[in-house]
Amino acid sequence: MADLTSSSAGERLAEARRQTNAAARRRRWQLLSPAIIIIAAFGIFPLTITLIYSFLSPGTYGGVRWEFSTNAYVQFLFDRDIFDDTLQFSATYLSIFGRSIGLAFGATVGALLIGFPTAYFIASKPANQRNLWLFLITLPFWVNLLIRTYAILLIIRDEGIVNISLMWTGLIDQPIGMLYTDYAIFAGLIYSYLPFMVLPLYASLEKLDFRLVEAAYDLYASRFQVLRHVIVPMAKPGIVAGCILVFIPALGAYITPELLGGGKELMIGNLIALQFGGSRNWPFGSAAALILLVVVMVSLIVYVRYSGKEGSNHG
Amino acid sequence: MRKSTSTLAASLAAAVALAGPASAEGKLNIYNWGNYTNPELIEKFEKEFNVEVTQDEYDSNEIMLAKVREGNSGYDIVVPSDSTVPVMIDQGLLAEIKPNEMENYGNMDPRWIDVYWDEGRNYTVPWLWGTTALTVDTAVYDGELDSLSLLFEPPEELQGRINMLNDMGEVINAALRYKGYDRCNSNTDELRDVTELMISAKQHWRTMDYATIEKLTSGDVDASHSYNGAAIRSRDQRPTLQYVYPKEGFTGWMDNVAVLADAPNMENAKLFVNFLMVPENAALLSNFARYANGITGSEEFMDDDIRDAPEIVLPEGAPTPDFVRPCPQEVTDMYNRIWTKLKQ
Repeated sequence: MADLTSSSAGERLAEARRQTNAAARRRRWQLLSPAIIIIAAFGIFPLTITLIYSFLSPGTYGGVRWEFSTNAYVQFLFDRDIFDDTLQFSATYLSIFGRSIGLAFGATVGALLIGFPTAYFIASKPANQRNLWLFLITLPFWVNLLIRTYAILLIIRDEGIVNISLMWTGLIDQPIGMLYTDYAIFAGLIYSYLPFMVLPLYASLEKLDFRLVEAAYDLYASRFQVLRHVIVPMAKPGIVAGCILVFIPALGAYITPELLGGGKELMIGNLIALQFGGSRNWPFGSAAALILLVVVMVSLIVYVRYSGKEGSNHG
Repeated sequence: MRKSTSTLAASLAAAVALAGPASAEGKLNIYNWGNYTNPELIEKFEKEFNVEVTQDEYDSNEIMLAKVREGNSGYDIVVPSDSTVPVMIDQGLLAEIKPNEMENYGNMDPRWIDVYWDEGRNYTVPWLWGTTALTVDTAVYDGELDSLSLLFEPPEELQGRINMLNDMGEVINAALRYKGYDRCNSNTDELRDVTELMISAKQHWRTMDYATIEKLTSGDVDASHSYNGAAIRSRDQRPTLQYVYPKEGFTGWMDNVAVLADAPNMENAKLFVNFLMVPENAALLSNFARYANGITGSEEFMDDDIRDAPEIVLPEGAPTPDFVRPCPQEVTDMYNRIWTKLKQ
C-alpha cells in the first residue's frame, strides 16, 4: 500500500497497463491452448515419432529395433551391391518420387486450365446467381472420394458408359483403353481436386474491378493483353492458393492412382504404405514420408517467396 | 516409453488403434480377415454357448501382427496365415491351447496335422485353405491351359489383358516356379533372371490388384493371377472362366484359428476352437467364403457347387500345393528391392 501511495500517477498508469497486457496475454494463450494442444498431440508428436523411427533399424516382421541407423536415408539414394557390398547410386526411389511429382504437377496445371475459366465465368455472373454456381461446384464433396473415383472407373472402363455408347453409335468398334493409364490418373486427380482450385480463384476474381478491364480495352489492349496484364496479376493470390491446394493432396494421393492407374506403378503414397505392410521396413517408410514432407515444404517456401516478390512489383 | 511410442506407431500403420472391447463374462472377441466369416456360424455359436461375439477385421497379416504385438488388444481369436503362425508362436503371442487334446480333434483331416507352421497342432486348427494359381477366360483363349507361361509369356490373345495379384510374395514365387528356381531364394543370378522375366512380362499385364473378382467380371481383364475361392466367385458371374493348375506348381496356403496368449476370454475362445472342428460348422465356413476347410466329414454339409468345384478339387496329376515358409530377412530385403524395381 505504501508503495502505491508514494508512486506517481504515471507509474501507476504504467503498472496498470502492464497488468492489462499480462492479462490479455494470458487470455490469448488460454484461447489458443485448444489449438496448440491439438497441433502438438496430433501433429508434432506423431511427426517426432516418425522422425525417431526413421533413424532406427527395421525389426523382423515389422516394427523397429532400437538401434540407431541412417540406412533408411542411405537406401533412398543408394543401393548396396549384392556382391561386393559397395554403395551405388540408385534412381529407383527418385524415379517414383519424380513420377508422383510429375503427375501432381500435371493435375495442377490441368485443374488451373479448367478452373480459371470456370471461376471467371462464375465471378462475371450477377451476384444473386453466383451462389448457385458455387453450390454446384461444391456438390461433389457431398459424396465420398472413394465412391466418386469408382464412378469414374465405371464410366471409362472397357465396358463402361463411354465405350458402350461410342460403340452403340458406331463411332468405334473396339473399346478404347482409357482406364489404367496415366491419363486416367490425371482425369481422376483433376476431377477430385478441381473445387480446391475453383474456390480460391473465385475468391480473387470476385473482387476484380471490371472497370479496370474496361479501361484496358479503352486503351486498346487486346483480349490476351487484358488477360495477361490485368486479370491474371490481380488473380495471382487465388492462383497461388489454388495451385498449392491441388498440388499437395495430388502428390500424396493414394486411392486415385491405385484404382484408376491399375496399381502397376508405385506412387509415393503407395510406396510408403508398402513399407508398413509387405515390405516390413518401418524406418524406410518413415524416412520416405519425411523426405516427402521436406520436399513439399521447401518447394512451398521457395514458391511463396518467389511469388511474394512478384506480387510486390505489382503492389 | 518404448511401449507407448510403439503403440502410436502401430496406430500410424494401422490407421486405427482403438483398444479392443472390454472383457466380460460371456463374450468373445474375434479379429479376422474381412468378409471371411459366415454370420450364420457366429449366430449358431452365440446361441449354443450363450456368448456374445464381437468381430473386427484386418486386411493383412502385418496389420494384425502390429496390433497384437502391442499386447492388450482385447482380442481372443485371430486367424493368421500359415507363414505368420510360427512368427507368432516364436514371439509368445499365441496361447498353447492344445487343440490336439480337444473333444472334436478326431475330425481333423490327418493331412493338416503335421504342418510346418504348427507341428502336431498344439496351437492352431485350420480355418480355411486354398491355392493361388490363375484363371483364364476360355472364350478369349482356347489353347492349352497348364502353364505359368500364360502369365509370364502370354499368348497374343491375353497380352495386355492380365491382372496380377498386387502381392510381392505371390508374384515373385510364381516367377521362381516358372523358372524352376527354389522359393526363398537368395541366389543373385537366379534372382536377376527372375527380375528380368517379370519386367518383360509386366508390359503384358494390365493391372496389379487384389480385387481379382471385380477385374474379371467387369471385363477389364481376361486372365488373372487368382486365389481359388475368388476364382469360383468370378466364374459364377463369368462362366467361361477356368481355373488353371500350372504344371510348374502353385501356392497353397492355410489360415488358422489361434487364441492369443493374453486373451481376456480364454475359456470361450477354446470353446470356439473346438466348435470349429465340428464338420457341420466347418462346412458353414466353406459355404460362405468358398474355400475348402480342414475337417473331415464336412463335405456332406457343403453346398454341391462348392464341394465339387474344379477350383477346390485338385485334378488327377496336378502338382502338390506348395506351402511357402517365411523367408529369412535378407531374402525379404532382396525381394523388396526387386519388387520396387518392378513397380518403379
